Amino acid sequence: MGSTITEKILAKHSGRKKVVPGDLVNAEIDVIMCHDVTTTPAIDMLEERSIDKVCDPKKIVVMPDHFIPNKDIKSAEMVAKIRRWVKKHNIENFYDLGRHGVCHALLPEQGHVTPGKTIICGDSHTSTHGALGAFSTGVGSTDLAAAIATGELWFKVPETILFNLTGKLPFGVYSKDIILYIINRIGVDGALYKSMEFKGSVIDELTIESRMTICNMAIEAGGKAGLINPDQKTIDYVKSRTNDEFELFSSDEDAKYEKVYDIDVSKLEPIVAFPSLPSNGKKVSKITENITVDQAYLGSCTNGRIEDLRVAAQILKGKKIASETRMIVVPATTEIWKQANKEGLLDIFMDAGATVSTPTCGACLGGHMGILAAGEKCISSTNRNFIGRMGSPKSEVYLGSPATVAASAIEGKITDPRKYLLVT
Amino acid sequence: MIGKAHTYKRDHINTDEIIPARYLNMDQEKDLALHAMEDIDKDFLNNVSEGDFIVAGEDFGCGSSREHAVWSLRGAGIRAVIADSFARIFYRNCLNNGFLAIESKGVADKISTKDEVEIDLKNGLLKNHTKNEEYEFIPLPDFAKKMLDAGGLLNYIIKNK
Ligand code: SF4
Repeated sequence: MGSTITEKILAKHSGRKKVVPGDLVNAEIDVIMCHDVTTTPAIDMLEERSIDKVCDPKKIVVMPDHFIPNKDIKSAEMVAKIRRWVKKHNIENFYDLGRHGVCHALLPEQGHVTPGKTIICGDSHTSTHGALGAFSTGVGSTDLAAAIATGELWFKVPETILFNLTGKLPFGVYSKDIILYIINRIGVDGALYKSMEFKGSVIDELTIESRMTICNMAIEAGGKAGLINPDQKTIDYVKSRTNDEFELFSSDEDAKYEKVYDIDVSKLEPIVAFPSLPSNGKKVSKITENITVDQAYLGSCTNGRIEDLRVAAQILKGKKIASETRMIVVPATTEIWKQANKEGLLDIFMDAGATVSTPTCGACLGGHMGILAAGEKCISSTNRNFIGRMGSPKSEVYLGSPATVAASAIEGKITDPRKYLLVT
Repeated sequence: MIGKAHTYKRDHINTDEIIPARYLNMDQEKDLALHAMEDIDKDFLNNVSEGDFIVAGEDFGCGSSREHAVWSLRGAGIRAVIADSFARIFYRNCLNNGFLAIESKGVADKISTKDEVEIDLKNGLLKNHTKNEEYEFIPLPDFAKKMLDAGGLLNYIIKNK
């Protein structure tokens, strides 16, 4: 019996020949990513116990992102603490304001993700990095502290669910729609405790960025991780960003899966997830009611990358957003911001009446820079539409692809993006 | 241990609801406690006494990995969460903090708010003194027990160094 990519990476990192689901392993962690919100408590926990060392400063990558630029005095104190800690322990990989970005967009962009690695962060969307064939999972602050101190962490080896995606992705349908469809089909706990593996001709054809969007949202189905076996695209992407050597792991043909979903995407449509669960997806053509939107939000670790901004700009070029709607565009990293600027995308957004922010998590988690009032509705390219996620518990968040967000901004209501994509 | 139940007959209560992101610029239990559950239950803090339990449906604690969710509940006096099932990161966070997370199918329907419930860890039983019923729960893994005894993951690591 063969092994899945998840099992192989965990076996390798725990010094075993083979592991099977259910095994409890202590795995070496290669990358420990630290953002502002969950890292400060981890630092405190270690200091309280007089643990004054980090396992290896080179493994640690630090980027404040949730409340930056600091939204208030308390968050300023948090980042100040992180800065002192980074200095004290000679952590070189520190992306402070000016080089900053949303952690899950920044980590692969800056070459810290290579296939076969184990990666953790005190953030649930750490599943993103499985798109490059790594085992990457979100943890809490205590786990983070333990990994910082010891370079290891305990895991129960998860079972794997395989999603085999075939057919041809229709025009105007994106990887965001695929993952919203999958979550709708299996539910927000459909992959609880499980690893989700995505493969098939559709995945082969997707860009690395689009693959990241899919793995990013594995957690929205309860998944522990989301993985894609590395291919030439992965290798090219990684090599363009780092000179580090890496080892490729892939699932065996006869690997054992807990479940296999064969999904033909040929008839898929743009999907919008209604409040207040990511699994409340509806086909956009089936939405008969008029859902006016007060805010359109384009950004986040799910869909704030350059290809997302390009699609939205293509739709918004020469258009105006609706007078009763405001649009906020948040390129996910400094590099993406600069690239978008160079390509003239930021001008397109501003000319359409949108505003462009510096990279931050900001409003995605209801932090700052675009909070919703009671009764307001937002169409958002982010990943979660829980009650109060982007502001008032009485506001509503609808999730869609960047194209859906842009088209909806123009019409001031939730809109099928395909009609705007036809006219070039 | 015996406590009073606060039951939420709902699945997928997420960490954004347990402690909204607008309070994540704090990380002390006593500060977070003031806002625990406030978006879904305004009276939560007034109704909770030290040593009480939360009872809920499937997938409790889904969403964000914020350990602040565990801290806010513990700070408010909650001693354990009993649910049909838990989201993975929240469950880990509970054990890592030496905080009890008990899984028992159907509890949200069986245990009502204000029921007096005893968690019998040794026998793997939930005893509902108010209704005079007993329910089994999924036993904690050995590793989890050791972590609980040590008072959480970090203390466990220090002890076993
Ligand atoms: S962009 Fe949103 S989902 Fe992504 S890490 Fe930031 S807060 Fe979390």
